[in-house]
Amino acid sequence: MSLFAMEVPGGAAWSSPVRAGRLVTLTALGDDANCSVLLVAADRVDRLNLPDTLKAQMSARVIAPMVLMSDRGLALASVVASSLDWHDALGGFSHPAHLERHGPTSYAADRNDWRRSARTGLVSELTKHGLDERDLHGSVNFFSKVAVTDDDRASLTHVTGHSRAGDTVTLRVEHDLLVALSTAPHPMATGAWAPAGVRVEVSHAPEVDPATDASWCFRDESARALEMSRRAAA
Amino acid sequence: MTATTHETVTGSDLDLLVEAGDGALVAVPRGGRLRIVDLHGNQAADTLLYDAADVRNRYSALDTVREQAAVFLTTGSRLLSTRLDELAVITDDTVGRHDTLGGACAQESNVVRYGEHTRHQHACRQTFLAYGAPAGIGARELGHNINFFMNVPVTSAGDLHFEDGLSAPGKHVELTASRDLLVLLSNCPQLNNPCNGWDPTPVRLLGWWT
Repeated sequence: MSLFAMEVPGGAAWSSPVRAGRLVTLTALGDDANCSVLLVAADRVDRLNLPDTLKAQMSARVIAPMVLMSDRGLALASVVASSLDWHDALGGFSHPAHLERHGPTSYAADRNDWRRSARTGLVSELTKHGLDERDLHGSVNFFSKVAVTDDDRASLTHVTGHSRAGDTVTLRVEHDLLVALSTAPHPMATGAWAPAGVRVEVSHAPEVDPATDASWCFRDESARALEMSRRAAA
Repeated sequence: MTATTHETVTGSDLDLLVEAGDGALVAVPRGGRLRIVDLHGNQAADTLLYDAADVRNRYSALDTVREQAAVFLTTGSRLLSTRLDELAVITDDTVGRHDTLGGACAQESNVVRYGEHTRHQHACRQTFLAYGAPAGIGARELGHNINFFMNVPVTSAGDLHFEDGLSAPGKHVELTASRDLLVLLSNCPQLNNPCNGWDPTPVRLLGWWT
């Protein structure tokens, strides 16, 4: 059952507390969308830890039904559905330096069309909650893909055209969270400035049966992180 | 210990043996060279770098990887901060590649990866927090670290796993500081995967500050 839905325009940032037991569905509203997401735990210290998430599930990308894990080994959210088989976990979020190629911009000149990086937006959102740049950690860049080449250095290339309008990903929130996101372009994207917006819908998650749930059954590591979140809420 | 190690130690400003499972917080001045020697081979040296003037400006694994458009670190890799400042450059590397996506071990992540029976095993995150505390480095200041001497292959199919290391006794990596740094190191105590060859051993830190 949907609780609310809203559109975050391209190049913007947003944050909100989201309670455990909710689904958060992100839908790309244009081609080549990017949504850089940080997850902060209820205590506002623990947070999404991408290296721990990736190594525990032997993956260099985020896909369903992976569990997104925290510094302290909690399952913060599970990726319960995705129309894409790759969400970037290696590229980090954009900085002001990545926008320089688009030329100067300011509120004074461009009003609300001024261009701001994901870092600027995410720090702005974190600051509203009493956090700051120390709380920036690796982001998942939903809808983006940075391809790995099988060479000596594992070279990285951003893939243009990876996602299309209508692509979706759904997270099941496993622990009370602060979700912060930016719809600024991926830092490795090479196209003109035309960031796509993202629709955010929050709804009630159906009851989970660990015996049959895809995330609980994905790997032993996924199940143990989910169990730690269950205990944290006990 | 190899002859090479003895030869290069002459005139060093720092010569510190870090035992298995121990750590260190080392101030490296701008222009200083810090060498980490894998004395016995296949020993992960979990490392974080901080701008000594402001520990909020810390090493950023993902920014470093993206800006060099490659996953592995080796000679020439610029180690960037969360503000995209160059903190250090890898100026010598006799191993060939090092990991920065595998993160550090923690008691809690050991439970996730290996099970409840590993909860009370020593882990890097405790070492980081203990050695970082005097410099104001707490949980919020712990970013995603470098794992010198560790081998974490990543493939075009999107897989990532831990493999036996490429390092060997006496191999080393050397950083040159681009500004005054604090280097926080945990000599990894992990016993549950091949990152330390199943037997954690000491590393040696050598520094030249001229």
